[in-house]
Amino acid sequence: MPAAHDKRPASDAAVSAPQPPAAAYALPDARGYFGAFGGRYVPETLMHALEELTGAYARLAHDAGFQRQLATLLAEYVGRPTPLYFARRLSERCGGARLLLKREDLAHTGAHKINNAVGQVLLAQRLGKRRIIAETGAGQHGVATATAAALLGLECLVYMGSEDTRRQRMNVLRMHLLGANVVEVQSGSRTLKDAINEAIRDWVTNVATTHYVIGSAVGPHPYPMMVRDFQSVIGRETRAQALAGEGRLPDAIVACVGGGSNAIGMFHPFVGDAGVRLIGVEGGGLGLASGRHAATLCSGRAGVLHGARSYLMQDDDGQVLPTHSVSAGLDYPGVGPEHSHLRDSGRVEYTLATDEEALAALRTLSETEGIIPALESAHAVAHALKLAPQMQRDHALVVCLSGRGDKDLEIVEGLL
Amino acid sequence: MQPADSLGDRPAAALSETFAALRARGEMALMPFLTAGYPTRPAFLEHLRTVIDAGADLIEIGIPFCDPIADGPTIQHSSQVALENGARLRDILDDLAPLEPRVPLIAMSYLNPLIAMPRERLFERLRAAHVRGLIIPDLPADEATEWSAATREAGLCLALLAAPTSPDERLRLIGRAAAGFVYAVSLAGTTGARSELPPELPAFLRRVRAAAGLPVAVGFGISRAEQIRSLRGLADGVVVGSRLVEAIRRGEDVAALIAELKHAIRAPREGAGSARGG
Repeated sequence: MPAAHDKRPASDAAVSAPQPPAAAYALPDARGYFGAFGGRYVPETLMHALEELTGAYARLAHDAGFQRQLATLLAEYVGRPTPLYFARRLSERCGGARLLLKREDLAHTGAHKINNAVGQVLLAQRLGKRRIIAETGAGQHGVATATAAALLGLECLVYMGSEDTRRQRMNVLRMHLLGANVVEVQSGSRTLKDAINEAIRDWVTNVATTHYVIGSAVGPHPYPMMVRDFQSVIGRETRAQALAGEGRLPDAIVACVGGGSNAIGMFHPFVGDAGVRLIGVEGGGLGLASGRHAATLCSGRAGVLHGARSYLMQDDDGQVLPTHSVSAGLDYPGVGPEHSHLRDSGRVEYTLATDEEALAALRTLSETEGIIPALESAHAVAHALKLAPQMQRDHALVVCLSGRGDKDLEIVEGLL
Repeated sequence: MQPADSLGDRPAAALSETFAALRARGEMALMPFLTAGYPTRPAFLEHLRTVIDAGADLIEIGIPFCDPIADGPTIQHSSQVALENGARLRDILDDLAPLEPRVPLIAMSYLNPLIAMPRERLFERLRAAHVRGLIIPDLPADEATEWSAATREAGLCLALLAAPTSPDERLRLIGRAAAGFVYAVSLAGTTGARSELPPELPAFLRRVRAAAGLPVAVGFGISRAEQIRSLRGLADGVVVGSRLVEAIRRGEDVAALIAELKHAIRAPREGAGSARGG
């Protein structure tokens, strides 16, 4: 897909002064819409809680005490900033752009999910909610939420599809050690989609006492905005690190997209930088033609699931289609509404990497750099390996390495 | 019972006439819920006839959806079975079209199956299937502006949900955007039979009635005759869903269940004096 806004000459991208984000981009609007996508499509029971959450979040955005507390936790507990690492051997292997890895895998708990979990659990504490619930696919968000809840002394319950508890067993064990309860969800496809259904049902029932920490940039307003804001630390750091280390903004940035939280956090601070090409990589499973994939933006059409209007993998009758990806974190038929907007506006390009390509990329990165990426992140690496050779040697290509691969060793062992 | 032809050309009026006629008799509408296509497509149509003959005043037809976030295990299960039976919205509407139900039908569907069909065709086919109104559990008033206008224009009622967590301001918003009736959700939670209704329910129903200015149907959790008796004077209709779907699953006598619930609406309340008439 052509990037409609990407019309500036290449030389403009090399300016060393930071460009202010485009003033035109101030989404979502007051009703939670990113263009035609977003909104609040939830049972009435939740509407008042969403209004309260929106109000509280808006107040805390300007609350110096809250922001200081969050910044301190991100620095001292999460271990931020994470490095922007120049992968020399991998770059040489590709023979093109300089590959820079944003090392979210080095954050505490091993993935970017902790950025949002710490933010939202702090928020829950401010809201006076003592009970935290979350959904999880690969288990990284569940682990991150259980971690943040342990840190702040709140009760935590995590919904996880039984298909995912099976393929991400180590993360279930981690959540138990962190004092969280894990509920195996047996309904539907028994993956992330169904874990979200169950978490929403819990929230509808216990809304007075409970905060639902959504882990991806999905759900009803204000979640897609809030998750994006908490994850934007990834892109803000990357921007500053690229300018400091490379003397320029990156020429292109690649991130994997399931629901899309690491990608939106990485992309958002660059949306106004027209010279920076932004590319989201979806779970291509066995390939688009096979029908067994999770490439929502590459193949879906607009629909309503989990509280927002967004692209959705669905049949002609509006029933959600089963998905497949080797990576549990990408195995989801929906996508965050802001990604749908960025797709339709042409600002971000969306493509896919297949299971096979992701597994090969995982092996390549492990062997050349000594970094074992999560299967989710390996999809971004796979696309970067295709893109880098087409780019000039002095260009910088950033890959968001959203998580580490320890959780995936059992799956990889069976497939490599 | 009203003859079928009185429902024909003014579908929205059919709902208010039904509520008005019942109210004049001091009765609530008994509104059973059936999952379309459950346990099979033909058996669903049989149950529909049975429920009408046994005394239902309005019927809610649940259009199955794969991700029913407002529903508890009973309706999740019936929806899944119905989908496995191939009960797509268009098939359900085809199945309903030849019927001549003498009570109004209301379709309850999550938004996504509805928007999968072009809107004009959807409304035309709903009307042809004797559907007078829509309940869309994941379409709150804030998102309903367009649907509210389009359904009115098409002569259909969009009945919005009200919840115990809705402040009065939201209840007024709901009243303005809804048509036909307001569906008051009895408790914070999903659908499913409960042995007890929340003690705050009467106060909530009074709030809805005061703010919304439309007939009020109450649903979620209602399964027993004594619960229905306790609601007399507080609501204009009662929805019985999971209890009925569960009865179908277990092979219970559906006609007897509906007759028992209908009796609870009509028979004088035992014990303390009734707060009838509000």
